[in-house]
Amino acid sequence: MTKRITIDPITRLEGHGKIEIFLDDAGDVEHTYFQVPELRGFEQFCLGRKAEDMPNITNRICGVCPEAHHMAATKALDAVFGVEPPPAAKKIRELFYSAFYVTDHTTHFYALGGPDFIVGPDAPASERNILGVIAKVGVEIGRKVIDCRSRNHGIIKLLGGRAIHPTAGLPGGWSRAIAETERAHIEQVARDNIDFALFSLQAFDDLVLKNTAYLELILSDVYVHRTYGMGTVDANGQVNFYDGQIRVVDPAGSVFAQYDAADYAQHLSETVLPYSYLKYPYLKRVGWHGFEDGARSGIYAATPLTRLNVTEGMPTPRAQEHFDRMYATFGCAKVTDRRYAPIHHRLATHWARLIELLYASERMLELATDPEITSPLVRVIPERIVGEGVGSVEAPRGTLTHHYKTDERGLLTMVNLIVGTTNNHAAITLSIKKAAQSLIKKGSVVTDGILNKVEMAFRLYDPCLSCATHSLPGHMPLIVRIRDRQGALVQELRQDS
Amino acid sequence: MTPKPKISMYWASSCGGCEISLVNIHEHLLDVAAHFDFIFCPCLLDTKTRDVEAMADGEMLITFFNGALRTSENVEMAHLLRRKSKLLIAYGSCASEGCIPALANLSSRSALLDTVYASGPTIANPGRVVPAPETVIPEGAPLRLPVFNDRVQTLAQAVDVDYVIPGCPPESHQVWAVIEHVIHGKPLPAKGAVLGAGDKTVCEECKRVKREKRVTRFHRTYEIIPDPEQCLLEQGIVCMGIATRSGCGGLCPDVNMPCIGCYGPPAGVKDQGARMIGALGAIIDVAPMKDLGEARIEAHIAEVLAAIPDLAGTLYKFSLGGSLLQGGYANAPDGVEAVR
Repeated sequence: MTKRITIDPITRLEGHGKIEIFLDDAGDVEHTYFQVPELRGFEQFCLGRKAEDMPNITNRICGVCPEAHHMAATKALDAVFGVEPPPAAKKIRELFYSAFYVTDHTTHFYALGGPDFIVGPDAPASERNILGVIAKVGVEIGRKVIDCRSRNHGIIKLLGGRAIHPTAGLPGGWSRAIAETERAHIEQVARDNIDFALFSLQAFDDLVLKNTAYLELILSDVYVHRTYGMGTVDANGQVNFYDGQIRVVDPAGSVFAQYDAADYAQHLSETVLPYSYLKYPYLKRVGWHGFEDGARSGIYAATPLTRLNVTEGMPTPRAQEHFDRMYATFGCAKVTDRRYAPIHHRLATHWARLIELLYASERMLELATDPEITSPLVRVIPERIVGEGVGSVEAPRGTLTHHYKTDERGLLTMVNLIVGTTNNHAAITLSIKKAAQSLIKKGSVVTDGILNKVEMAFRLYDPCLSCATHSLPGHMPLIVRIRDRQGALVQELRQDS
Repeated sequence: MTPKPKISMYWASSCGGCEISLVNIHEHLLDVAAHFDFIFCPCLLDTKTRDVEAMADGEMLITFFNGALRTSENVEMAHLLRRKSKLLIAYGSCASEGCIPALANLSSRSALLDTVYASGPTIANPGRVVPAPETVIPEGAPLRLPVFNDRVQTLAQAVDVDYVIPGCPPESHQVWAVIEHVIHGKPLPAKGAVLGAGDKTVCEECKRVKREKRVTRFHRTYEIIPDPEQCLLEQGIVCMGIATRSGCGGLCPDVNMPCIGCYGPPAGVKDQGARMIGALGAIIDVAPMKDLGEARIEAHIAEVLAAIPDLAGTLYKFSLGGSLLQGGYANAPDGVEAVR
């Protein structure tokens, strides 16, 4: 008899995501479904709007990472209006974007993903949150986290106009320049960020890597997937969040594709399945072959871990030290002078996120001390309307692409968006299936710990379903219900019990 | 010790920015934890809807409800939280006036689904699959999704709302001011009041120098580099400050960008777009034409206004859902094309 396990944000009502697991007669996992029950439809209601409104409109796709949408939209407008921003404007954009990365990765590590490790994967759900983290590591550290978010949101507001949903992006530049006094302040914030990132990596070392049980969990096969990986690289083949080419490496670590973001549609397709409002992107050249791992499946991931998997080392010195250390821990050989064979243990994404936190902080300092950053020349007035443009950045949760077409007045006629988490929709589904298959065997009793470990399989992606469906973010509270084929409840497990 | 009053924050069809605006009260979060039992917030806490269902009616002191009502489950949650809360507050622009998601009311549901799932340069969907409320699967009972409703509603269009906190999102210092007010046990204003905002316009808070407004033509934001001191509207940029409630502090004009109206209409104004179009008409400089007769002047005003395309998306970017228009597609049959 087929058993049905529903992992649901309690009832269908909370609506962030829902997992259905089906067991076969032997009690092994036969099939899993991951559903995203939200849609808003930005691709439709942006039509007819003024193109230059897009940085403000698409902010509202996601209030957790509005800066990413703001930036992708602004870059798409550079192309739509055929205009090259002045160097200082590009640097201010990247400086702003670095401050955003620091806040975003900090929020994920301490409030969302980190509690699993810092408080513990088997701790009661009521403690697995930011307050639990503070209780475990001390109020002093809690204050450091709050301070870090606060000072960087201050920079976002200073440069972007608003702390949430910034407004300064324009085709051809940025709406304000930076005064020297402001620059000095930003430099200090960047230095504080570097200290905070190093502190966070040390905390990861002490609390996670030195804990045998956690290390085993990270290294365990439950969270391994050999998919393609994606990230943005600069002219040296190294990580950049703001600009570069898109690189895809295959599961063995060879470069499968490298292309300008403008050519994304030659490389990516999206399929639609009837039970989820969220689409499933895949590599066009490989094709969609369902939820399968490996080089013959077009499924790819775009995460902090895949960004490091595709890079020829880190562009900043301290991030490079930690980068080397992570790949050494996983025993990865180098495939080029500076690039390692990919890490496929997906829980390492948390580690990669902290290395990126350090890189973002170091990059922020480089930009804050760049002599050109205070140049008053931050805008170029566009002189034509090209009518089509693609803008791409690395959002914290994956490569973000905005593609617009306009009429001769610059009014939108086509909008296509492939956002961070959406890239990972199929990969998240795979991870859930694998975790369920590994953890639920031969009718074994499903425990609360197993439930959280299934949840950890998707939390590592920091899934932002707000972005993905252009709807809801976040952390998904779960309940597991095991049902028989007739729908009768056999067993129920709750995280907060 | 008497138990702390319970508060909750729920998101319907939203972006999560409202939650971040609450988190961005930063160190005051610890004060919130000290004074309230913050019991339900899917973004931040693991408490479940079931726990809310099990509560007595009115057991929660306050629910901050953000997000518009887009799906059947958004509407169900609005009814549930209304029942369980003494005070239901529409928090942020989506819940109070529809915000940007309500721009979807300018087109039909079927056009929206077609654009999202069947067109676009990366879609590979030859069978034209559209996600459905129910999907039959071989393993057992069907998989279900909430119904995507025909139109976006504001919270007050579905349930009784006690107060509104405007903004997209509300500014964090304003959120804290409201919470602090409750912590100190100060008397609450009359039902229906707007909290966490002023009752004038953004112009009152904007630092730019204002003179007499006489505009000969309008510019789109990318077309000019505005003077850093002078009122943006006087420079021909469509700044919504004059038709938008105060409360943010005039942030966007501070970085040389126009107000886009996210705090909604000012006190006493029902329709933000109507107020703005009136204001625009009034500031167009017709002095040189005053002897040419009313018809010529009207034609001139129309010509100057024509430089602003997409009036709906410009003047009602945030307030369409709650406006007198409410979007043009209330109960429109599927298949009707959008009118712009």
